[in-house]
Amino acid sequence: MIRVLLPGHLQTLAGSGREVSLDVPEPITQRTVLDALELAYPTLRGTIRDQQTQERRPLVRFFACKQDLSHEPIDAPLPDDVVSGREPYLIVGAMAGGCDPRPN
Amino acid sequence: MSGVRVLVGTVKGAFICESDERRQTWEISQPQFPGWEMYHLKGSPVDPNRIYASQSSGWFGQTMQRSDDGGKTWDVISNDFQYATDPGTHQWYDGSQHPWKFARVWHLEPSLTDVDTVFAGVEDAALFKSTDGGASWTELPALRDISGSLWQPGAGGMCLHTIVLDPNNDQRIVVAISAAGAFRTDDGGTTWKPINEGLISPWELPDPVTKVGHCVHNISMHPSRPDTLFMQKHWDVMRSDDAGDNWYEISGNLPSDFGFPITVHAHEPETVYVVPILSDQFHYPPEGKLRVYRSRTGGNEWEALTRGLPQENCYVNILRDAMSVDTLDSGGVYFGTTGGQVYCSANSGDSWQTIVHDLPRVLSVEVQTLA
Repeated sequence: MIRVLLPGHLQTLAGSGREVSLDVPEPITQRTVLDALELAYPTLRGTIRDQQTQERRPLVRFFACKQDLSHEPIDAPLPDDVVSGREPYLIVGAMAGGCDPRPN
Repeated sequence: MSGVRVLVGTVKGAFICESDERRQTWEISQPQFPGWEMYHLKGSPVDPNRIYASQSSGWFGQTMQRSDDGGKTWDVISNDFQYATDPGTHQWYDGSQHPWKFARVWHLEPSLTDVDTVFAGVEDAALFKSTDGGASWTELPALRDISGSLWQPGAGGMCLHTIVLDPNNDQRIVVAISAAGAFRTDDGGTTWKPINEGLISPWELPDPVTKVGHCVHNISMHPSRPDTLFMQKHWDVMRSDDAGDNWYEISGNLPSDFGFPITVHAHEPETVYVVPILSDQFHYPPEGKLRVYRSRTGGNEWEALTRGLPQENCYVNILRDAMSVDTLDSGGVYFGTTGGQVYCSANSGDSWQTIVHDLPRVLSVEVQTLA
C-alpha cells in the first residue's frame, strides 16, 4: 500500500484523516498515485491537478524521502521507500502568502 | 413565524446569519468551509433548503458545494468546468493575447423554476449551466463568439459576475462581464448579442462607445418589470427600459457614480440602491462616510441613507455581489464590506444595524426570506 499524507483542507474535502493508504497498480509513479487518490476520493479531483491540463497546481508541492519531487517527471518511478510503504508521499500546500500575481 | 437567512461569503469561509422577521437579533453560524474563499452562495427560489456555493483557494483551486438542508450540511458537487470549444485567447493587461483558462466561479444563479438547474458565471469569462443539481456542468459557448478575443480582464480578473434571469421568459438571460460589457440571449443561450448601446467609457477605453469592452460592475432587475434593468458601471449608474437594448444615465446627484453593487427594492420597482465609492483609484467611500444611496424615482434623484452607518473614518469597499434585499413587507436591505461588517436595514434603508462586525473581507451577501 502507498501511504499518502494530505494537507488539512484536502482532508476536509476527502473526509479522511491526515494519512490515506492506496492500492496503486504498477508502475508506482506520481501519476499513478494521484490517479488512485482521485479514484478513491473523487472530491479531490481538480484540487491537486488542473482539471483541464492535469498539471500540478502551482501552489501544490509533492515531497517524499526528504526530497521535493514537484518538478520531477510525473511518470518517473517513486523511491523504493515510498513503494514499500516505509515512507509516505506528501501532498503539501506550498509556502505562500496567497499573493495574486495580477496587477491591482 | 417568517424570518431571513443571510448567506455571507468571505475570503476565509462562509457564514450563515439567521433572524426572525423583526431582524433585530441574529444568530451567526460558525465558519463554513473555514479558510476557503467563498465567492458566492445562493439559495434556490424553488426550495430555500437548496443552496449552491462556490468554494475556492489559491492553493487547491475551485470546489463546488451544495446543501439540501439550508446550509446545515454540504456535499461536494462537480468542479469540472470544461470550455465546450477551444476558447483561444483574449486580451491581457499589456494588450497581448493570453490563453483562456478557467480560474474560479464568481457567481451562481439558481433557476427560478427548477431546483436542479443552476447557472455559473466563471473566470475566464464564460457561462455554465447544470441541470442535475451541479453533478455536471455544460458551457453555453456561443457567448464567447461575441468578440471574445477583445475581452480583457478587469483588476479582479476576466470574470462573468452577473446573471439575471427573466421571470417571464426562461429563454432570456442577461449577463455581465468585466471587462467586456453586458450581453443578452433570447433563445436560452444559443445566440447572444452585446447590449451596451448608451454606455460611455471615456477614461477606460480608446473608443468610449465601443460595442464590447465596457467594465460593467453589476446589473439588477425587479421581477415585475423584467425589461427595466439597472446597472452600476465602472463609472456611471445606468438604466434601460428595453431589456438592455439602450441605456441612459441616472447618476443624478450621487456624490460619486463609481461603485460596485446595485439592487432594487423587493416591492417597489422604482426604488434602487447603490453605494457610491470615491473612485477606481481609491476604492473607499467619499469623505470616509459609509452611505447607501436610495432613489425612489428610478434614478437621478438620490438620498443618502446614513442612520446606523459609520459617518467618519470609514474606508471599506462594498463588492458587487455583497448587497441583497429580502421580500418581507417592510423591505429589508443588506450589504457586507471589505472590512468584514454585514449591515441590515429592516425598513427599506431608513436605518441600519450591524449584523456582525468582524468577519473576514466580505465577497458576497445573499438573503433568503423564509416562510
